[in-house]
Amino acid sequence: MSKLLMKGNEAFGEAAIRAGVKCYFGYPITPQNEVPEYLSHELPKAGGAFLQAESELAAVNMAFGAAAAGGRVFISTSSPGLALMQEGLGFICSTEVPLVALNVSRGGPGVGGIHPSQADYTQVTRGGYNGDAKVPVFAPATIQECVDLIYECFDIAEKYRNPVMILADAMLGQMMEPVELPPKKEITPVDQIAREKPWAITGTAQHEGRNVIYSLRMQPDVLEQHVEHLFDKYAEAERELVRYNAVGLEDAEVVFVSFGTMSRLCVEAIEMLAERGVKAGMIRPISLWPFPNKAFDEIGPKTKLVISAELSMGQMIQDVKVAAQNRWPVKLIHRTGGIVPSSIEITEKTLELLKEVQG
Amino acid sequence: MKTVFKPTAGMVPVDTSYCPGCSHGIAHRLIMECLEERGDLGRTIGVVPIGCAINAHHFMNVDMCESTHGRAPAIASGIRRVHPDKVVFTYQGDGDLASIGAGEIVHAAHRGEKFTTFFINNAIYGMTGGQMAPTTLIGQKATTAVYGRTVEQAGMPLRVCEMLSTIDCAVFVERVILNNPANVRKAKKAIHTALDIQAAGLGFTFVEFLSACPTNWGMAPVDALKWVETDMAAYYPVKNFKKPEGY
Amino acid sequence: MNRRFRLSFNADKCKGCEICVSVCPKHILAMDTAVNAKGYHPACCTDETACIGCTSCALMCPDCCITIYELEEGEA
Repeated sequence: MSKLLMKGNEAFGEAAIRAGVKCYFGYPITPQNEVPEYLSHELPKAGGAFLQAESELAAVNMAFGAAAAGGRVFISTSSPGLALMQEGLGFICSTEVPLVALNVSRGGPGVGGIHPSQADYTQVTRGGYNGDAKVPVFAPATIQECVDLIYECFDIAEKYRNPVMILADAMLGQMMEPVELPPKKEITPVDQIAREKPWAITGTAQHEGRNVIYSLRMQPDVLEQHVEHLFDKYAEAERELVRYNAVGLEDAEVVFVSFGTMSRLCVEAIEMLAERGVKAGMIRPISLWPFPNKAFDEIGPKTKLVISAELSMGQMIQDVKVAAQNRWPVKLIHRTGGIVPSSIEITEKTLELLKEVQG
Repeated sequence: MKTVFKPTAGMVPVDTSYCPGCSHGIAHRLIMECLEERGDLGRTIGVVPIGCAINAHHFMNVDMCESTHGRAPAIASGIRRVHPDKVVFTYQGDGDLASIGAGEIVHAAHRGEKFTTFFINNAIYGMTGGQMAPTTLIGQKATTAVYGRTVEQAGMPLRVCEMLSTIDCAVFVERVILNNPANVRKAKKAIHTALDIQAAGLGFTFVEFLSACPTNWGMAPVDALKWVETDMAAYYPVKNFKKPEGY
Repeated sequence: MNRRFRLSFNADKCKGCEICVSVCPKHILAMDTAVNAKGYHPACCTDETACIGCTSCALMCPDCCITIYELEEGEA
């Protein structure tokens, strides 16, 4: 299969088209504008519907409507836009409707900045919606990985009848890399939707009985039962959706835990540390929720330090500490504001932290 | 014996949760009668609001979904993108549509979305216990305006039909009133016309129903209907604001 | 020729709002002294022979309580 050199955001849009997406709804926000721009001309050519919404608030609700009606839906935004979508995401979890969402994250809080950041970790893994729910989150580190995840996540979302989030960042969105695109799936014809999704609201003539997609459950015992049911799904997701890469854990003195863009710098830092006589390894979570706790059981006996390397003030470090279970000290290497540190900076900081821990 | 009037198959034969004399009962029935008469019950998808009518999906015999507050027009826009040929409508109250959802309804109208919005204007918030709505009249009392609404505090009541009729792609905009049988018949005609225009794909269609909320107005149902006529219709003129040629 | 109508009230569904009583042009509707399962006095017809089949009551009923039939000639 041939490779194309593509800009991240455009590749992500094309991945959704290849996955047979019927609808895209979005609102312009840097650094992901190329996603709606690309889909505005390519998705209709593929038989889908593109709609630029009046806000992210509207976009997530358009997505709910289209998905409740049985369409395959893709939405994208960046960090402040995701904040606006939180109510919608919780509502979509509650109503058990599938959706794939992409966050090309940028600096925060508030309007923040437009450069790469990982400071949405808490927002995407804990959710900013009310009530108990979970959204599986995947964090690619290359454009190819993001394309593959987007392509796959529609099936995951439909299996669990839940939103699934892909957390990229401004770097991945804006850079160009060679990418192999997956084969194109056809958009489900309207009259086939009810067969594939008998729960969808397609008109009572299309299916047995009458379908109502709803969230409100006024009787507490009924609501409790429903939330327990959601969490049965999430328990299965926790068993099935854990993904990570692990390198050099057997004899590492220091182990990085890092995802996305930051993990690419840690790979270089590992090489630099080797030149300085320090063996380093890395756990790269690909699923942020469920967090790959079991990866930490692969850490070898020589490890003296675990470093959470993040483009934030340290959000993933909380999950790293839980996973570490006090077996090793856990420290943070971080930059924020949209700054992406150099691998040299990471290397120097690692050596400092190692000295602290050893001394 | 022949049947002159019978309850429509469009209404699920259960007791509604609405108060005695609530106009939701009439509005629901008219819409469902129209859909039944058009043979459309099996190919309709409706969106219910947050408000008393969140329960509408227990009573309207069509596929439906709930909404986040105010966002029904966005949700319906999404539904429409997947189902270009079904009948799609939103059913919304004055908090849902004229307060939190003011942006979404304007943009749905602006895009000329090919669905119909039925707007139940009873000048008060029902479900949450009688707070002021954007459509509450000056001097009208509400739990968040216990001495009566004033312009200084809350501005003038919002005339939604008037506002939407300035939008080009809102092609049918009509205000009806549910206070007596003659006007209820006219309201039903307006619903049919709106659905005809939706079927013709001409643009966004909108029907506002001046309605009673006896409980939160603190009136008996019959008196509440009088108040709709004497007070609400005085501020919200009952008329067609816009319709395409030939309708 | 007088047309004859039969009115059927679903007394259990009625919420006693009295709107039908207020709109009947022949003033032949009233609230029953009895009380239904919900605790309301349901509406009923006091003189069916005077009904003109205008359907005003059914048009205004918020609860779909009223069904109206027309009797054929000679029907009881």
